[in-house]
Amino acid sequence: MELQKFTYDNKITRLFMNATILWGIVGMLVGLIIALELIFPLMSQNIPWLSFGRLRPLHTNAVIFAFVGNGMFTGIYYSTPRLLKTPMFSELLGKIHFWGWQLIIVSAAITLPLGYTVGKEYAELEWPIDIAIALIWVVFGINLIMTTVKRRTKHIYVAIWFYIATFVTVAVLHIVNSIAIPVSFLKSYPVYAGIQDALVQWWYGHNAVAFFLTTPYLGLMYYFVPKAANRPIYSYKLSIIHFWALIFLYIWAGPHHLLYSALPDWAQALGVVFSIMLIAPSWGGMINGLLTLRGAWDKVRESPVLKMFVVGITAYGMATFEGPMLSLKSVNALSHFTDWTIAHVHIGALGWNGMITFGMLYWLLPKIYNTKLHSVKLANAHFWLATTGMLFFAIPLYFAGFTQSLMWKQFNEEGYLAYPNFIETVVQILPMYFIRVFGGTLYITGVVLMIINLIKTANAGKFIQSEDDEAPALHSQSHGVDKGHRIIEGKPVIFTILTLVAILIGGIVEFVPMFMVKSNVPTISSVQPYTPLELHGRDIYLREGCYLCHSQMIRPFRSEVERYGDYSKAGESIYDHPFQFGSKRTGPDLAREGVKGGPIYKPDSWHYNHFLSPQKMVAQSIMPPYPWLISRDLNISTTSKKIRVMQTLGVPYPEGYAERANDDLLKQANQIAKGLRDGGIQVEDTKEVIALIAYIQRLGTDIHKPANNQ
Amino acid sequence: MAAIIFLIFLGIIVAGGFLAAFIWAVRSGQYDDDYSPSVRMLFDKKEKAAEEKTKEETQSTTITKN
Ligand code: HEC
Repeated sequence: MELQKFTYDNKITRLFMNATILWGIVGMLVGLIIALELIFPLMSQNIPWLSFGRLRPLHTNAVIFAFVGNGMFTGIYYSTPRLLKTPMFSELLGKIHFWGWQLIIVSAAITLPLGYTVGKEYAELEWPIDIAIALIWVVFGINLIMTTVKRRTKHIYVAIWFYIATFVTVAVLHIVNSIAIPVSFLKSYPVYAGIQDALVQWWYGHNAVAFFLTTPYLGLMYYFVPKAANRPIYSYKLSIIHFWALIFLYIWAGPHHLLYSALPDWAQALGVVFSIMLIAPSWGGMINGLLTLRGAWDKVRESPVLKMFVVGITAYGMATFEGPMLSLKSVNALSHFTDWTIAHVHIGALGWNGMITFGMLYWLLPKIYNTKLHSVKLANAHFWLATTGMLFFAIPLYFAGFTQSLMWKQFNEEGYLAYPNFIETVVQILPMYFIRVFGGTLYITGVVLMIINLIKTANAGKFIQSEDDEAPALHSQSHGVDKGHRIIEGKPVIFTILTLVAILIGGIVEFVPMFMVKSNVPTISSVQPYTPLELHGRDIYLREGCYLCHSQMIRPFRSEVERYGDYSKAGESIYDHPFQFGSKRTGPDLAREGVKGGPIYKPDSWHYNHFLSPQKMVAQSIMPPYPWLISRDLNISTTSKKIRVMQTLGVPYPEGYAERANDDLLKQANQIAKGLRDGGIQVEDTKEVIALIAYIQRLGTDIHKPANNQ
Repeated sequence: MAAIIFLIFLGIIVAGGFLAAFIWAVRSGQYDDDYSPSVRMLFDKKEKAAEEKTKEETQSTTITKN
């Protein structure tokens, strides 16, 4: 048996490691800022790019794609070559992957606060960045799969399977959900509308949790936990079974984000059933991770790395138990739109992704610097700060979620809503928001300790650029199979996969817009496309991230119909590219805000003053002020292009309307502005606020038009 | 609901791909041995395996002393 010599490159691991730490702290700090803004709404000092709706997408994108993304790449680039006994396929592709990914993050960090957004949660980035993500992702995929093809071990360890599933599925998800038609360089409209868009979005959203935050990290767990404990995984068989079960089940669970919405019942039921089934493979993973440490709990006591892994895996188990529970319709009726969801995701993010990342870094950095961790004490301090921080974060939010939801649903003895004023339910939970900030601060303090500890460790050691290893070539291990055959056997796999991905991408991009456009046939005759002014107003609504605090989906419950008006119908949102159902009610639902005589209707002047200063209209409001909407001119040069794109998407504006659209726009703007001026408010016709008011007053009115009132 | 049909179709393609991968894995003998891979991954460098083990043990004792 002839041994071949090769080296593992640690430089790429270190690059990703540094990026993980950098973006981790940035993402968490932005999270802290927006948590504070929910208590002190005036904190953004009227600076547009500091306001809640602009920073919240930055926080989620930074934590998911920058912190966890770089974290997974750190672990993948370290473990894959070692598991497969070969260097990564290409150092160049690795570098392109690294720098490309960082460039994407930087462009996200610039465009999101400036308000360039598609307006779909967790998929906010505009189309040029989306294309860049797809390309860099494929670079990563080629590098990963080709490394697998060139491996020197016959067996592909379970972690690698998790990595491959991550690559394949995220590629499909990202592309399908991001298909859009550009209006300009940084503005586009998704091809899907309304309930269709919602379904695609949450199919993506849920599987992003599954294949971006879960499967790669399970792969890391299967590598780093045995390594750190120096003992094999509890059951390798279980790891294989739960891997395949997990990836087969996850794809179908997305609709549980749309329970009680206008989505057909059977689709909701499908989502619920698969969500419940997901407990089994998820807990298979948790049990396997934890039991790996059986008989080694003495090591756990001593090693901060293992401690973090234990809490991380436990958090994974808790979150994957809670998830199926939240998918039950009766629980979801209570939990949806509240802080319960925020608590749930942070058990996953702070507990699972955070702790596994920290544990990995504490183990990995001393290793590639050929030294010992600078201070175990400091790492233990980090462990306790992170654990208590997570609890101080999540537990108050659970209370906030229950409290607010119960208050929303409470009727008094006369049969009226007990808390008809939304703000009462907000004020009630503000103390919980304070404690959440405290918890987050603890957590971030822990990360700062980690950074100090890791820097000192690195300074004490000497970086090992690359490590030598040797192993026999793959063909010499399998008896009776000649070299040539092996090579051919390897290549078709990669070719099949790559062609499949290529065909899938091509097919999707070609076929989806056609398919979707045809199906957007109106089902409620009174539902009409937005006027040009409303369309602009809607784009401002997206830009300011209003959807991150306001839902537009009234569920068919008595408490919601009383509070907001008639429940939302699927046919009402068929021209909504993108949909704006929202997922969180920090403020009230706006689906019927414009219905005159409805429970929450407000006149134009109220909205004007409210945007200028919410606190002037509702003293305890935590909505941020939007004075810039009042000073900024509406950009009407894009109107015709926007209308044309909408027409391409199947929205039935009359032919040639694009050219006339601005006439209508100015007329409507003048009408609204004149009304405001008559009420003593000095405002010009073409300010942004006029468009936003037009949009707000349009909301929910279609099915209430006198002519078509059923 | 075109989107549902489309997603189901897509889900089946993805799941079908996974199924093909699964069948390939089983056929090619990936899972014939469901124990030793879990042990083999613990050794990074074959010749140094034994040495590493002792090193790690000393490491954990030093940690205890801290
Ligand atoms: C930080 C979360 C937050 C953001 C972001 C936010 N709002 Fe609000 N909004 C609230 C809260 C809380 C209330 C309830 C108190 C009040 O009326 O000010 C509210 C109330 C409203 C109301 C009055 C609803 C009613 O009838 O009682 C409207 C309309 C509204 N917001 C529109 C918007 C628009 C448009 C945007 C984006 C430009 C926006 N909001 C952004 C939290 C938010």
